[in-house]
Amino acid sequence: MDLQTLTFIFVGVTFAIYIGIAFWARAGSTHEFYVAGGGIHPVANGMATAADWMSAASFISMAGLIAFYGYGGSVFLMGWTGGYVLLAMLLAPYLRKHGSFTVPEFISDRYYSKTARVVAVICLIIASVTYVIGQMKGIGVAFSRFLEVPYELGLMIGMFIVAFYAVMGGMKGITYTQIAQYVIMIFAYTIPAVFISLHLTGNPIPQLGLGSAMADGTYLLDKLDQVVTQLGFAEYTSQARLSTTNMFVYTMSLMIGTAGLPHVIMRFFTVSSVKAARESAGWALLFIAILYTTAPAVAAMARLNLMTTIDQPTAEQNLAYVDRPSWFKNWETTGLLKFEDKNNDGLISYTGDKATNEMVKVDRDIMVLANPEIAGLPNWVIAIVAAGGLAAALSTAAGLLLAIASSISHDLLKGVWHPEITEKQELRYSRLSMIGAIIVAGYYGFYPPDFAAGTVALAFGLAASSLFPALMMGIFSKKMNKEGAIAGMISGISVTLIYVFYHKGVMFMKETIFWDIDPNWFLGIEPNAFGAIGALVNFAVAFIVMSRTAKVPTEVEKMIENIRVPASR
Amino acid sequence: MSSNNDYWKANIALIVKCLAIWFVVSYLFGIVFVDALNSIRIGGYKLGFWFAQQGSIYTFVILIFYYAKSMGKIDEEFNVNEK
Repeated sequence: MDLQTLTFIFVGVTFAIYIGIAFWARAGSTHEFYVAGGGIHPVANGMATAADWMSAASFISMAGLIAFYGYGGSVFLMGWTGGYVLLAMLLAPYLRKHGSFTVPEFISDRYYSKTARVVAVICLIIASVTYVIGQMKGIGVAFSRFLEVPYELGLMIGMFIVAFYAVMGGMKGITYTQIAQYVIMIFAYTIPAVFISLHLTGNPIPQLGLGSAMADGTYLLDKLDQVVTQLGFAEYTSQARLSTTNMFVYTMSLMIGTAGLPHVIMRFFTVSSVKAARESAGWALLFIAILYTTAPAVAAMARLNLMTTIDQPTAEQNLAYVDRPSWFKNWETTGLLKFEDKNNDGLISYTGDKATNEMVKVDRDIMVLANPEIAGLPNWVIAIVAAGGLAAALSTAAGLLLAIASSISHDLLKGVWHPEITEKQELRYSRLSMIGAIIVAGYYGFYPPDFAAGTVALAFGLAASSLFPALMMGIFSKKMNKEGAIAGMISGISVTLIYVFYHKGVMFMKETIFWDIDPNWFLGIEPNAFGAIGALVNFAVAFIVMSRTAKVPTEVEKMIENIRVPASR
Repeated sequence: MSSNNDYWKANIALIVKCLAIWFVVSYLFGIVFVDALNSIRIGGYKLGFWFAQQGSIYTFVILIFYYAKSMGKIDEEFNVNEK
């Protein structure tokens, strides 16, 4: 069967599963709509969290980033997994004990303040909307590349599918679809990796294959180091990302941001107990780790395959452009791969030197998507990868949309503006705000703003600098009061936004860049890595303001004592 | 209430222990001392590179399960477990 038909079948079957789940898992109450009824098994929640967490960026872009940054790409691997350690020990169990439906609701109760709630909602919406724009784009791109439908039509189909199960089932529908999406995603990611690892090193486990020797006896990573340095690129296993300080702070920002992202925290409200929340974080990270420890192998092997296909030890033996394989032609038509014969010898020369390099464009995102083709894997494997990429984008989009929708219906509408509405009315409004959130996200998918490219990294910085410190202090400090928390959130998120806009332009518009000079960076820290500094500012401002303002009321102190202990007393 | 205080202290002590390991495997082994560790090899992996791209992630998973299990025991010891 040809690739196109197979892809349609695979994607069609997965979509039928999602719609089936939507009918089966309808939400009948706000309890089901916001927290899936609160009785999800820790392992099931772990799987759903993994799908919620691993977006199009993890599935498609991460291995590509590592393939080109080598060791420097480690910040994403450590940063996007280490945050779960913080989540499991510093936030999830206590927030579950408190038993709220949303993150701003906890902030409101803990800081006895509707103002704090509104500030938290604003931080949540800024972080989640920037994040969801990236997912919408991912859905459109995945459709247009694999199914050859126009980007806009692909986006429409994706929006319709998400709307179906997210509006009908809320968290309940999203949870069960995310479990299905995780299974699809993990097979789609690991099957090609196993084949390629087996082919290159004879070891079917990619994590071991990466450290193994190839047929000629040299270790794969040594071979890769040798090939890339010969061609003038930095050594793969030791190229740092700017500096040790920058890597340190970047990793910290991603970890704190991960722990502070509301759509991830919310997943832990769906389990039955404090004990289950702790365990579930472990399962979530285990399921994530399967993909995250495979990614470096995919990255290194894809880079090696790409290099050795094109470049040979002596330039005269380089691949002739007329002999280029079919995957090369396929990706050329998308414009993501571009060749320019600078010396007119008809041979492809791919080097680290800009003047002589003839591969003028190798888009990082094609590494995962083109990998099965480069390795010559059968068509059904490529079709699975397409379904997996879509599952990754859809599952994360749904989680983010729920975080946005519930903060509007539960926090603003019910919590602040109209506390008198009944549960039935709130359920109806929660569905309406879900539809609204999908339309807004879809709008940004159709008309991606100039700043779309920088948004996902920005979301981490914002979550790290605003929500994480407020939540952590709320649990670990009995003395932190509402004035401190509010001032902390506002100053943390402002410092981060100002630093990013200062270096990258207001809303990433190039013409508003004040100083486009790298050495001006504070301690050499790149803007995307600034969330950890924002978090420090948040903590510092909060404690200073707290020391000069009124004490926390006694009943709130009692509440803190209560959330620290699993037993209800 | 004093037993609750002791329970919280036990929790904090466990968290500090776990986060110390979390910090060492990622920030120290994977970033700060990566060059020194890279002189040691396991198979085709340089050790620092392995910690940055594999080892730290395995350690994180083990840490969370270890924390969950130990907290379960502490819950029982202080008789604060649910139901």
